[in-house]
Amino acid sequence: MSIRHALLALLSEGPKYGLQLRQEFESRTGEVWPLNVGQVYTTLQRLERDGFVESEGSGGAGPQNVFTITPPGSDELTEWLRTPPDVIPPPRDELVIKLLVAMRVPGVDLAELLQVHRRHLVQAMQEYTHLKGEIAEDEVELALVVDSELFRLEAIVRWLDTADARLKRLPARAASKDAPRVGRRIAGIRR
Amino acid sequence: MSAAIELRQVSKVYGEGRAEVHALREVDLSVRGGELVAVMGPSGSGKSTLLTIAGTLEEPTSGDVFIAGHELAGMSRNDRARLRRRSIGYVFQDYNLLAGLTAVENVSLPLELDGVKGKVARAAAMEVLAKLDLTERATRYPDELSGGESQRVAIARAVVGERRLLLADEPTGALDSLSGETVMRMLRLASQQGVAGVVVTHDAQMASWADRVVFLRDGRVVDQTAPSAGPESLLAPGAGK
Repeated sequence: MSIRHALLALLSEGPKYGLQLRQEFESRTGEVWPLNVGQVYTTLQRLERDGFVESEGSGGAGPQNVFTITPPGSDELTEWLRTPPDVIPPPRDELVIKLLVAMRVPGVDLAELLQVHRRHLVQAMQEYTHLKGEIAEDEVELALVVDSELFRLEAIVRWLDTADARLKRLPARAASKDAPRVGRRIAGIRR
Repeated sequence: MSAAIELRQVSKVYGEGRAEVHALREVDLSVRGGELVAVMGPSGSGKSTLLTIAGTLEEPTSGDVFIAGHELAGMSRNDRARLRRRSIGYVFQDYNLLAGLTAVENVSLPLELDGVKGKVARAAAMEVLAKLDLTERATRYPDELSGGESQRVAIARAVVGERRLLLADEPTGALDSLSGETVMRMLRLASQQGVAGVVVTHDAQMASWADRVVFLRDGRVVDQTAPSAGPESLLAPGAGK
């Protein structure tokens, strides 16, 4: 999460005080990213140093200062909004690694192991959905954040389901000494 | 209060000898009024069989089924049919609305088939449609309704009258995410008003609307979620990290 760009976005609406920026940041992000005042002022100082914002007031990044976005700041914001996030991290997900390791450990019931993680994930999803059930219709920011978490967790559950089915279909295979080489073949997809 | 539906050690075997298929194995499941339970599991895990047995559409090979405290095994065919008509509502993936009837006529039909007078049945149907936010669509025909609206009409039909048990088989399967969400909200609303609901689904997002999620695998209940801890735990600093 880029606090820098979120602050630039808020300033694109007009000049604002530091405290006001903190308050608006929290409400716009569905109040799921608490931010302390120190972080806001440090970030504003850096933005000013880089020429992306200007301040008016008694000097320094104090509460009396009003911050304004500059034209280079607006360009930076537009550029950031259109830059795709890094959606292809290296395949080092902890759960994937746990399953790959479990496949080599004698006596592990893989279906049961997958179910332990599935239950944990579905319980977390129930809590998010419970929260969604309480969100008022106009709290769209919070709804978007909750949806995003639900889709992320659902994807993991679907991966578990697929892993379960894939392993069930697999003929019993003797553990070979060499683990299959996953890394090199995946590496080509990465960039 | 007895559970709205209770399965005790229910097993179902199809076929014989080599062709024998154990669809359900010693399943225990109890759902009380006001509770929404989701049943999740892969294809072939026994989800649909569980629903047809809970809905009295099929008999178990062994084990007992109780609907509102009444044991099904001791009932005559007619008594069972009456219990099914009066106590149980079904919701299917493809809505199953009658094309020649309006929304309100579809909803009042089960009551009229049960001998309730037309006016009374229609009033009851309108009341349920209002609860599901469908008053303005009441006189529309199924082909004039969206998928989500059709499914809400099907839910209204399933809970109209004295029905205390609602069984749904992949009710959001044909819907986009937001329409599916609306349907699940309505199922939850129905359960909050006292109906016991059992929803079969393979979709974790839809299942997560339930109070409890039961996992089936190879015909057995292998696990279930604990009652919800409440959303507060998610927003604590550092939660989920």
